[in-house]
Amino acid sequence: MWTFLRRRIISSAIPLIVVIVGVFALARLTGNPASLYLPLNATEQMREDFTARNGFDDPLLVQMANYFGGVLRLDFGVSLRTGEPAGEMVLRAFPATLQLAGVTMLLAVVLAVIVGSWAALKPNGIVDRISSFASMAAASIPDFWLAIMGIWVFAITLGWVPTSGVSSPTSWLLPIAVLLMRPFGVLVQIVRGAMVTSLSEPYIKLARSKGASEVRVVSRHALRNAAAPALTVAGDLAVGLINGAVVVESIFGWPGIGKLMIDSILQRDFAVLQAAVLLTAISIFALNILIDLGYAMLDARVRPTTRARKRRVTPAAAQERKLNVQPTR
Amino acid sequence: MSTITQTVSESTVRAENKLVLDVDGLVVEIRTPKGTLRAVNDVSFQAFSGRTIALLGESGCGKSMTAKAIAGLLDPVADVAGGEVRLNGTDLARLKPKERRKFAGPELGIVFQDALTALNPVYTVGTQLGEAFRIHHGLSAKAAKVKAVELMRRVGIPEPESRVDSYPHQFSGGMRQRVLIAMAVALNPRLLIADEPTTALDVTVQAQIMALLRDLRTETHMAVVLITHDLALVAEEADTVAVMYAGKVVETGPVREVFARPHHPYTRGLLDSVPANIGRGEDLKSIAGSPPELHNIPVGCVYQSRCPLVQDICRAVSPPLEPAGDDRAVACHFSKELDNV
Repeated sequence: MWTFLRRRIISSAIPLIVVIVGVFALARLTGNPASLYLPLNATEQMREDFTARNGFDDPLLVQMANYFGGVLRLDFGVSLRTGEPAGEMVLRAFPATLQLAGVTMLLAVVLAVIVGSWAALKPNGIVDRISSFASMAAASIPDFWLAIMGIWVFAITLGWVPTSGVSSPTSWLLPIAVLLMRPFGVLVQIVRGAMVTSLSEPYIKLARSKGASEVRVVSRHALRNAAAPALTVAGDLAVGLINGAVVVESIFGWPGIGKLMIDSILQRDFAVLQAAVLLTAISIFALNILIDLGYAMLDARVRPTTRARKRRVTPAAAQERKLNVQPTR
Repeated sequence: MSTITQTVSESTVRAENKLVLDVDGLVVEIRTPKGTLRAVNDVSFQAFSGRTIALLGESGCGKSMTAKAIAGLLDPVADVAGGEVRLNGTDLARLKPKERRKFAGPELGIVFQDALTALNPVYTVGTQLGEAFRIHHGLSAKAAKVKAVELMRRVGIPEPESRVDSYPHQFSGGMRQRVLIAMAVALNPRLLIADEPTTALDVTVQAQIMALLRDLRTETHMAVVLITHDLALVAEEADTVAVMYAGKVVETGPVREVFARPHHPYTRGLLDSVPANIGRGEDLKSIAGSPPELHNIPVGCVYQSRCPLVQDICRAVSPPLEPAGDDRAVACHFSKELDNV
């Protein structure tokens, strides 16, 4: 278990470094911050001072080395915009994104499990057809279009919810509804497919032969087996939510990490952008590790070392296992 | 007083050779894009306590479908379209699913063919063994686990206390089949259906599993319906046999007599094909042709296309299953002539 975690964390380090290098280089392609932060009539001397003060005049490799040195000391630089430490700004924005993504994902999983399982009970039945159409539509609608339409209908025309911000509890409704569509639509299809498969497995007949009720058969025997594929896709979708937050957070003025990222790009606030991308990447790696652990919880066959097996190694059991090396007689 | 009556009635029911299962005119239909097929066509047989009846036939003859129909485990596309399945007098085919579930376990157990896939991979063996007690007796998880250990000991699984927490993939094929049998007999059912219980196992394990089933039958006086295509297995394990062909029972009777002197040309053909009955150096025999497809069953006898005795009447009239002396019955117009061929 710990070996597994350690190995995963070490193997995550290399892609993280690649991400930082990539963002570092790409950010600098957006232009010189000096032309944004200094007045239009700034003298050449003022520009050089600004550039030198922020270390932008060093060769790119030196800048990068300095940055990595900082990162190792958990110093992520200072925001050009506000003068605050970039790390603090990012950490302050992150919870808003996590809350939004967390609530959305929870809703998506719960709803998809209900709708997907229901559809799978009767393949090609009326529920299956409706849910298949609805989920396909939900997964295909572009979020920015839906967000704008949502604001137009529910915020402007009907006035039920605020157009943006986090001023009232109702301001959660539109962002969640928009973010929910894709994960819900995709997950319904995955859950349905996995449930159709597991409901036709022999162990379902075995459960029925014991007199298990339909609810028990579906919830205990089929769903637990369908959970693994759903978990994989849910993980991917959760990653998509954290990334996709960029669009939805910008449209709804949600003070999360996505909006912070967009603002930082527009303002050429490199330190904040790098810190935001780094944090997003780390959270994605963490999510993947969680998914792997979730797998192990769901299915004993993928556990690195099972407790059950360890406990069995009593002398008698070891003896018995030796006997069992040949196909059991 | 009441205890005495109970004990008496219990012992009467559990005595040897009482009628437990009475299948009468069972018809199972499958809905397919090509139309409705009759997979089981007017099948009747009886199972008695402490006895084994074998349903014998080749793949697709409807024997497994019959088993599933009795157990109420037909796939959604298949339906019981007629006939009765009386278990101790109750017609199971007429029960609502909820009522029927009360029989699954306490009255009727089924052992499935493929021990490798029939167990749920994500639960421990103990959890799955204890499930019947949780469903029917409302036991707690802890109490059900104690029962599971008992069951594992009963079917001869070594070290049950530690293996109860193992998962199916940590068991060998033979051990998994023992687990499946333990599940089927957990609540001491009166009827056990064994659907090709040893097909997936190698020969030595097969013998052990059949011995286990025999012991359990003796111990609990349950009636056993053995579904198989294995003539040797039928000869060793069963008291009576019902030979099935294309969804019909073509011959039934005590195994010894049916095998010694078959009345139906199909039974005769099967027995002639057994390699042990063929002399050294002779060619292996087989029945020419193949069974009719279910959507294309001919008028008249189902066996007409492969029968050496076929006459015009066979192509026109389907022979009914008629008594042929000594508890035997056969569905053939020319069963009397068979001995002279």
